Amino acid sequence: MSREKKTKNPKVKLGKLEKKEARVGYVFILPWLIGVLAFMIYPLAQSFYYMWFNIRITPLQTKFIYVGTGNFTQIWLENPEFPQQIVTYLWQTILEVPIIVVFALLIAMMLNGKIRLKGFFRLVFFLPVIIVSGPVMNMLVDEGAATIPAMNVQSIVTALDSFLPTSLANNIGDLFSSMIMILWYSGVQILIFLSALQKIDPSLYEAAKIDGGSKWECFWKITLPTIKPMILLNAVYSVIFLSGNEQNSLITMIQSAMFSGTKEKGYGYASAMAWMYSLVVTLVVLLFFLLLGSKKDIYDRQVKRRKRQMKKEARQAKKIERRGIRNVKKLEHARKKRNYKTYDGEGDYR
Amino acid sequence: MFGTKEKEGAGKQIIVYGLLICIGFIYLYPILYMISTSFMNREDLLDTSIKWIPSTLFVNNYIDAARSMDFWASLGKGILIAGLPTLCNVAVCMLIGYGFASFQFKGKNILMGLLIFSYILPSQVTMIPTYVLYNKIKILGTIWAFVLPALFGNGLNSPIFILIFYQFFKQVPKVLIEAAKIDGAGYFKSFVRIAVPSAAPAILTVFLFSFVWYWNESYLTELYVRGLTTHSDWTNLVIQLKNFTTNYTETRTTTGDMATDLNETIRLAATMLSVLPLMIMYFFLQKHFVESIDRTGITGE
Repeated sequence: MSREKKTKNPKVKLGKLEKKEARVGYVFILPWLIGVLAFMIYPLAQSFYYMWFNIRITPLQTKFIYVGTGNFTQIWLENPEFPQQIVTYLWQTILEVPIIVVFALLIAMMLNGKIRLKGFFRLVFFLPVIIVSGPVMNMLVDEGAATIPAMNVQSIVTALDSFLPTSLANNIGDLFSSMIMILWYSGVQILIFLSALQKIDPSLYEAAKIDGGSKWECFWKITLPTIKPMILLNAVYSVIFLSGNEQNSLITMIQSAMFSGTKEKGYGYASAMAWMYSLVVTLVVLLFFLLLGSKKDIYDRQVKRRKRQMKKEARQAKKIERRGIRNVKKLEHARKKRNYKTYDGEGDYR
Repeated sequence: MFGTKEKEGAGKQIIVYGLLICIGFIYLYPILYMISTSFMNREDLLDTSIKWIPSTLFVNNYIDAARSMDFWASLGKGILIAGLPTLCNVAVCMLIGYGFASFQFKGKNILMGLLIFSYILPSQVTMIPTYVLYNKIKILGTIWAFVLPALFGNGLNSPIFILIFYQFFKQVPKVLIEAAKIDGAGYFKSFVRIAVPSAAPAILTVFLFSFVWYWNESYLTELYVRGLTTHSDWTNLVIQLKNFTTNYTETRTTTGDMATDLNETIRLAATMLSVLPLMIMYFFLQKHFVESIDRTGITGE
């Protein structure tokens, strides 16, 4: 009995060696702990503090004027730019991330297959990983290298406009006009997918083939469930990349607010904006977590259901057993007291 | 995926290659455009009959752009700015990843959660207080603004690197470490002698990614290392490219010997110059790059 408890409950007293090992583990991650405290938690707390203030920097001193929620009302109500940008940001991210993920998966699967000139194609598709950087991208967009000249974006927008709301149609139009950039952002995602695909055991495919599974079925039943965590990972990576890079107008907005010397704006205002923005980003990340993370495939669900059922049965069996023991004890107790009429709590008298 | 069956339809082959070439072209298009336009002179640019191949190889664009960007100095500084934090990143993230992977201690799950959270958190939230903090400890406008966080495992994208090392060291058989322990090696010795040499592919991956990301980071570099208001001498090619327009006109008015006005050929030449060092590095290392990714599995699972 006691041994069983030990294996079940991890909170046993550590042995001497284990204690020492735990201490060494802390030593190994100590630099990171210090770093997190100094470069993440401390600034995070401070920016939380800042956002309730209007901070003015004068040559002599920094003035903190408490404004309460003033910064927030200013952001959301007085200045229409920020809410507008947030809406565009949401549309763009929600449209672009699936495209990036799907394209990355497609390319990774093609690169993983038996193709000639594999080295060359890999060289081409990984190139964006190296080159993608703010100013370079800006320059390329400015000089018109980012759009395919053969694609007539305007006609697409007008075609879409006839059956979609205007804002959505415009966003999709933007999507097409920056298609190259979007594809360029999928370099790292291709790498992640490729390394995940290479880890899939080929014998799985062979077994499926013997059982008469087509390629299509293999893809849906083997490839996709295996790389599902990678899809989530890539979606999250894409969201974070898209919201943190310099093409993002919200980022430039925050930066310009931070260093604008005007009375209303400043560190406090920018902090409040950054907090709002990161809240939105976190929500988007959560959205993708909910969309991609929670759903299990059919097999997993069946296994889980079966497990739950078995657990329930076991619990019931135990309950019956326990009740039996209790009843016996109670009966004995009652017999000792010579009181034969007892209530066992379950509804019937004995 | 598409090649597991013996019988391959020709149509399918064509589709696969067609897609690969089409998407590959989309990937290459900006680069090809950049290369071809950067060699054009003004007449070529205005001549509508010339689309891709310039009539002469006009190298003056590059000379002008390089002079305006202060190419060699910026290159050297850029290598330092990217290289030093990268070295710290590799060393420290390896240590931390090893700590997470091979020791059991209380609160490990919470700390791992914190690690992932620190990656998801947009850097804009902490940007302003960090700026103030750096200013307070007098490292703003020096390379320490990048090196110091990297030394404490909080550099650019450090959580990803820690996770890569974590993933990698979890695959290293524990027997190896235990054997070393029996032979009398301490914890640190077994780390240095056994774990580190076995992690060569992970080290290469992390080094390359870290270098590339630091190299391409213009925003934080300008904010912390250059100092947005102080403007120290630190700079890299990407920042030079960002401020190219103002720099170019400045150099042009001061020296007065650059004949051409600023036009897109020069801008693209400058873009090319800022990309070139990384491209050269990539062409030399791409074999290792791809292979090491195959072996490490750069996945945070």
